[in-house]
Amino acid sequence: MSLLEIEKLSLDIAGMPILKGMDLAIDAGEVMGLVGESGSGKSMTALTVMQLLPNASRTRGRVTFDGIDILSAPEAAMCRLRGDDIGMVFQEPMTALNPVKTIGEQVAEGIRWHTGANRPDAEARARAILDRVGLPEARFPLSRYPHELSGGQRQRVIIAIACALKPKLLIADEPTTALDVVLQKQILELLRDLVDENRMGLLLISHDLAVVADMADRVTIMRHGEVMEASETAKILTQQKHPYTRQLAEASVHVPVRNAPSRSGSAGVAGRGGAHEDPSFPPPPGPAGHPPHKGEGKSAPLLVVEGVTRDYAGRRKSLFSKAEPFRAVDNVSFSLDAGQSMALVGRSGCGKSTLARMILALDRPTSGEIRLLGQTVADKSEAELRPSRREMQVVFQDPYGSFDPRHKVERLIAEPLHLLEKKPARTERREMVAEALHEVGLAPSDMDKYPHEFSGGQRQRISIARAIITRPKLIVADEPVSALDVSIRAQVLDLFADLNQRLGVAYLFITHDLTVARAITDQVMVMHEGKIVEEGRTSEVLDNPQTEAARALVAAAPDLERAIARRLGETA
Amino acid sequence: MTAYLFKRLAIALATLIVASVVVFAVLEVLPGDPARIMLGMNASPEALESLREQMGMNQPLITRYLNWISGMAIGDFGRSYTYSSPVIELIAERITVSLPLAIMSLLLSTIIAIPVGIFAASRRGKLADTISMGAAQVGVAVPNFWFALLLIYIFAVALRLVPAGGFPGWGDWWQALKALILPAVALALPQAAILARVTRSAMLDVLGEDYIRTAHAKGMPRHIVLWRHALRNAMIPVLTVLGLQFAFLLAGTIIIENVFYLPGLGRLVFQAITQRDLIVVEGVVMLLVASVVAVNLIVDLLYAVVDPRLRAR
Repeated sequence: MSLLEIEKLSLDIAGMPILKGMDLAIDAGEVMGLVGESGSGKSMTALTVMQLLPNASRTRGRVTFDGIDILSAPEAAMCRLRGDDIGMVFQEPMTALNPVKTIGEQVAEGIRWHTGANRPDAEARARAILDRVGLPEARFPLSRYPHELSGGQRQRVIIAIACALKPKLLIADEPTTALDVVLQKQILELLRDLVDENRMGLLLISHDLAVVADMADRVTIMRHGEVMEASETAKILTQQKHPYTRQLAEASVHVPVRNAPSRSGSAGVAGRGGAHEDPSFPPPPGPAGHPPHKGEGKSAPLLVVEGVTRDYAGRRKSLFSKAEPFRAVDNVSFSLDAGQSMALVGRSGCGKSTLARMILALDRPTSGEIRLLGQTVADKSEAELRPSRREMQVVFQDPYGSFDPRHKVERLIAEPLHLLEKKPARTERREMVAEALHEVGLAPSDMDKYPHEFSGGQRQRISIARAIITRPKLIVADEPVSALDVSIRAQVLDLFADLNQRLGVAYLFITHDLTVARAITDQVMVMHEGKIVEEGRTSEVLDNPQTEAARALVAAAPDLERAIARRLGETA
Repeated sequence: MTAYLFKRLAIALATLIVASVVVFAVLEVLPGDPARIMLGMNASPEALESLREQMGMNQPLITRYLNWISGMAIGDFGRSYTYSSPVIELIAERITVSLPLAIMSLLLSTIIAIPVGIFAASRRGKLADTISMGAAQVGVAVPNFWFALLLIYIFAVALRLVPAGGFPGWGDWWQALKALILPAVALALPQAAILARVTRSAMLDVLGEDYIRTAHAKGMPRHIVLWRHALRNAMIPVLTVLGLQFAFLLAGTIIIENVFYLPGLGRLVFQAITQRDLIVVEGVVMLLVASVVAVNLIVDLLYAVVDPRLRAR
């Protein structure tokens, strides 16, 4: 009998069907990957096993863990299971720890509760497990608070909490989605080792096929609360029998069709929001980077960044010592031509976003100069900046957080129009909004709706519509697709490629995801500890990285092809 | 932590200085000549002039401010024009009523409000939540003097358990407490109603946080999650409101003091204003300002105790 068996599990929340006859089984020592888009019911499956569902939930079917019928177990029995035999790791390490308690208290608490150990014994065990997850006592004493740790370190604390009592089953719900690729690799390796050491079962929930291909022995693919396909990892990914599996696999390596600039008339080539279904889709990784739009006459570059440095006031060690400044961006220079698409890649905290904020004139460089179309953007008043602001717009990562929920789409998209010299009249404004919505593949009638009426992908289209309404020459996009599911990500990337072709807008794409950089950009800059350490043609840099920092990024990036190849090598 | 402490202390001191300037300036520009009030309308100009000279009112503004402030620093608040006794003695007498009253009502309101708020939050949307928040709504809406009259009617007139008003002094502490209990309850109820609502909403915010889910996933039962993980995180808004309420309870009890005929600070300042006894007004107001600043300082320090992230600043 399996460690965890889910049979014909159905779940309703407030009358809404969430899971429909779901089956899944995990053995001891096995890694089960659970893959699907957001809203497919992956997390709800995990919360059902933990019995931490929202209040208005009704479940039917059977969930058996280690011989215990979970669905009918009383709360007291579940409290004994949770944190002892079943551990859980969540997606968002920044908020998953209690900010007012030390990490020692938080790890030891569960140990004391479940084993009845006294405080010194529980703390000794807490120290041991923290050491095991890579937080040695010498550098991370139990008295540390969560805010003194980075995201990756916090995720290690969460894993320590979940694994402190050597659970039989560990549920990891998107454990690395909020981390950069290098941290992702480290955390996944840690989970893998813990599984091997303790013969734990691991339910690894992810929307990223490449991550799962690397980690899981078997994969279950979900959609709309139902299991589409379940089998061994190598088999499921090489055969791709189910059309939905195929669709997911293709979307996760999708490269938008980007034509040479001469064919600018063929507006629909990249196909708004549907190109990933194209069966003649070329197998990646292809040479994605077409030559950048240079050529005729080499006019002045669109954006010039010269020796830009940004220091932040550091924290004072004591009341009387001087604060050491922290250098977030260190002497960065580059230039971007009109219509060019450039990626800025690096690990979290490397200074990418600070650089972007300075380019957008949301922050001022400590020294150096930034010029857009020959006009300097640093040290100018907001009124003087308006012509420059028209020429550059921004798309942020989180399509949920970047809109005022009480404004209608028309008002949201029309917002940058105040930058125009002449304010458009109401009918004219509505026309411009309709045009922008049309450009991003939404209906003009959508302008009278509110943001909550749209899905995540549609909202990101709305942010893009807002960015293009002033017809800017440059769009700075800060992780614009990393909050999106793979298939929606493919569509949004297509849209970016399409707008680049048709409107000639240049991009600065900030991302830690090399697949995205490869798919959409001509040039890439690798940033590390505030400096640009490597730059060049995207395909060349990513295929043949020269510096340590770039090599680490490339090596850590999950790669579906590579993972499948490795799986096949193992089974052969 | 030391940096945080020094910064808060500096802010508190600056607030006190600014407040003293404002208090002094406002009372300077108010109409009404204390010398004339003391001597009556028929006083001779010579007598007025000599009294003014005696009271130091002919000195330059700056000198008078500095004298006033330096006197207060050593506990000399000046002499009341109407009571002809040192202001510090008047205040000391009244504060033995006002301070115990404020502390009693604050304790009462905290003891009632925080458990009710936590209880309501843990039963969100259920009957218990609806009833307790409905009661809190009534408590916020009904003025405290009405509660006071109701309490007098029930406990003093009908049941004869406690006196209806007056204050016998602390000679017999049991009688003194009995005299203060009804005003304390009357003051506490509306405060408790507000505090319960604040506690509930702060708890609801915290209960939606990811780390609450982490605590549940650790196997902690509901009540431990509620008291150990949620409450401390919900304390910041609760402490803020508590600080504001204490300041109000010290000074804003004039109506309740009148209803119960209590010789507290509120009545002292009220009488002093009607009699243009400016030196008493200045003294009491500065004392209240100082206590509000002190309470805010304590609240700021408690923030840092509750939330380690603030200590780093």
